[in-house]
Amino acid sequence: MTVTLAQALNSALHDAMTDDDRVLVLGEDVGRLGGVFRITDGLRDTFGVRRCFDTPLAESGIIGTAIGLAMYGFRPVPELQFDGFSYPAFEQIVSHLAKLRNRSRGTLRLPVTIRIPYGGGIGAVEHHSESPETYWVHTAGLKVVTPATPQDGYSLLREAIASDDPVVFLEPKRRYWSRGEAELPARTEPMHRAVVRRPGRDVSVLCYGPMLATALEAAEAAEARGWSLEVVDLRSLSPLDTDTITASVRRTGRAVVVHEAPRTLGMGAEVAARIQEAAFYHLEAPVLRVTGFDTPYPAAMLEEYWLPDVDRLLDAVERSLTY
Amino acid sequence: MVDEREPASGDPHRRGRRTAEELLPADELVQLLDADGVRHEHPRYTAEVGDDALRELYRWMNVVRAVDRESIHLQRQGQLGVYASGLGQEAAQVGSASALADADWVFPSYRELGVGMVRGVDPVRLLHLNRGTWLADHDPHEHGFAPPSIPIGTQALHAVGFALGALFDGAPIVAVTYLGDGATSEGDTHEALTFAGVMGAPVVFFVQNNQYAISVPVEEQTAAPTLAHKGVGYGIPAVRVDGNDVLGTYAVTREAVDRARAGEGPTLIEAVTYRREAHTTSDDADRYRPREEVEAAEARDPILRMARYLRANDLLDDAAEREVQDAAARLAGEVRARLYDAPHGDPRELFSHVYVDPTGHFEEQAALLERELGERGQAPR
Repeated sequence: MTVTLAQALNSALHDAMTDDDRVLVLGEDVGRLGGVFRITDGLRDTFGVRRCFDTPLAESGIIGTAIGLAMYGFRPVPELQFDGFSYPAFEQIVSHLAKLRNRSRGTLRLPVTIRIPYGGGIGAVEHHSESPETYWVHTAGLKVVTPATPQDGYSLLREAIASDDPVVFLEPKRRYWSRGEAELPARTEPMHRAVVRRPGRDVSVLCYGPMLATALEAAEAAEARGWSLEVVDLRSLSPLDTDTITASVRRTGRAVVVHEAPRTLGMGAEVAARIQEAAFYHLEAPVLRVTGFDTPYPAAMLEEYWLPDVDRLLDAVERSLTY
Repeated sequence: MVDEREPASGDPHRRGRRTAEELLPADELVQLLDADGVRHEHPRYTAEVGDDALRELYRWMNVVRAVDRESIHLQRQGQLGVYASGLGQEAAQVGSASALADADWVFPSYRELGVGMVRGVDPVRLLHLNRGTWLADHDPHEHGFAPPSIPIGTQALHAVGFALGALFDGAPIVAVTYLGDGATSEGDTHEALTFAGVMGAPVVFFVQNNQYAISVPVEEQTAAPTLAHKGVGYGIPAVRVDGNDVLGTYAVTREAVDRARAGEGPTLIEAVTYRREAHTTSDDADRYRPREEVEAAEARDPILRMARYLRANDLLDDAAEREVQDAAARLAGEVRARLYDAPHGDPRELFSHVYVDPTGHFEEQAALLERELGERGQAPR
């Protein structure tokens, strides 16, 4: 059957709450409304106001409260409504959620999964299209994952909720309504494993979240030009599956990293650094980055000029092949 | 469909609403024991404690003060990196902490040595934070005492979340968070009070108004009539108590905790006290406040007034006083000796507690550290 990413995520929440009555959903508009993207649709009716509840409009409050609930013994799944509104919760995430276990010498567990719709491409107003993943990846104590397909949406969210460590779960909002074949409940590869989505010989394209569809489209177009792209979906941004990444680059000898987030100190910088550390002699060309610009996310009418697309990606592929 | 008209205790969104009149704090401080050690009656707050418990409150304040003083000495001698003294705040801390049940949880800031000790936490383990051995050392579950939170006001939200957990669980557990006057300006404190009020969380916000946030006096921290008045804005009943009166702080905390346990929601307590030491051992308080002000605060000393009261009621004589002081000095000496002899942190522990499942994170860096330790002559484990 075909399901959307949004439906898969909703099913994952539903099933996680059914299987474990310590799982709680909280956030702005997650109750009555079912979330502004309807990811929590029906959970309040099914599980009641104690298991899925609306909070006052305060993101630091949502995460700080989730931390306390986790310290009590619950398994909270807070939603931060948009990427750009995760920043008010920055201190609670960075100073406490990520650090309390280490601070307490391993006596506290913080099984909190923070769901954040992220990325652009939906024609939104400012603050609704950001890619903040580097902030979380740079923070020791967090795990960061992002699904690109409905199957992975289900499977990764179930694994994230079952994890005893805090997980930042980034949902590519422009792919919420993309359909994919999925039998739910789906179990895909383990949470922190990268996956080769399309095997190829000439260039490794390393991507995640919203950019997987772009990379697969580019690979299709590249085929017509006689270029064989291998598309690797990172899935887990922290920890990074360096082995799968470098194995691919050893096969192809070339690597292009693609993400929406701005270039400087984005995931591409880390991936490129790891590739040259682990596979230097296999490289036929420098590792290239295809990213958003180092400017603030633009107004909606300009986002198509800002976001990486098939053309920008193929341009980098060509530069790599002709280096 | 879930019935939205569940009773307040069962719904995270409390339906009952108090009127402004019900919420406004009284103008007068609750004071059961004045600076001269004279006991006063209060219509609402009564410290119903027996003679032994009175002596126990007195003993705790002395013990806490001795360890606090010892900690300052240990910092001066290089054994602690920095220390934030609670001198003058013993009644606020001992009185409130004594009002809690074993199963309750405390979410402290970094100045709550006295609260931690009353909760049964070994002071040496608390002082490892200051020594730099570990970031925190005690087991929070063992004592219902969370690791001290250093970013101001942030722990208030953890207390609210924990209290909601207890509410959802139907457990008779209350969370108490300790804040300073400065913390009442922080956004997280505002959000915590907002959440607690809306959801009826069984939580007590215990604000020790010690008059200064490092150098900034409370008058410059808020334009509100008092810190307790802030409760009105959150729909949370508030009370101001003489923070140097151990019977008063015990009584108002006990009442707040009992109400929280009975499903009546949160309380904001402002304990008016004075920080007689500098903010920390790294601070120079002479740059921002006159000595006379500190001397005036000494006249309101919480221990002195309790001693007067106990002596006037034949609950303390010279021999008993000597016993209390000896025991306090003995404990302080033990703390000193054990800190001098404490181990240093193990660098290998850097990687041990970051994740429950660290797979994929540290293999290479842990191996690097192991090599570096080998080069320094520290044998591998």
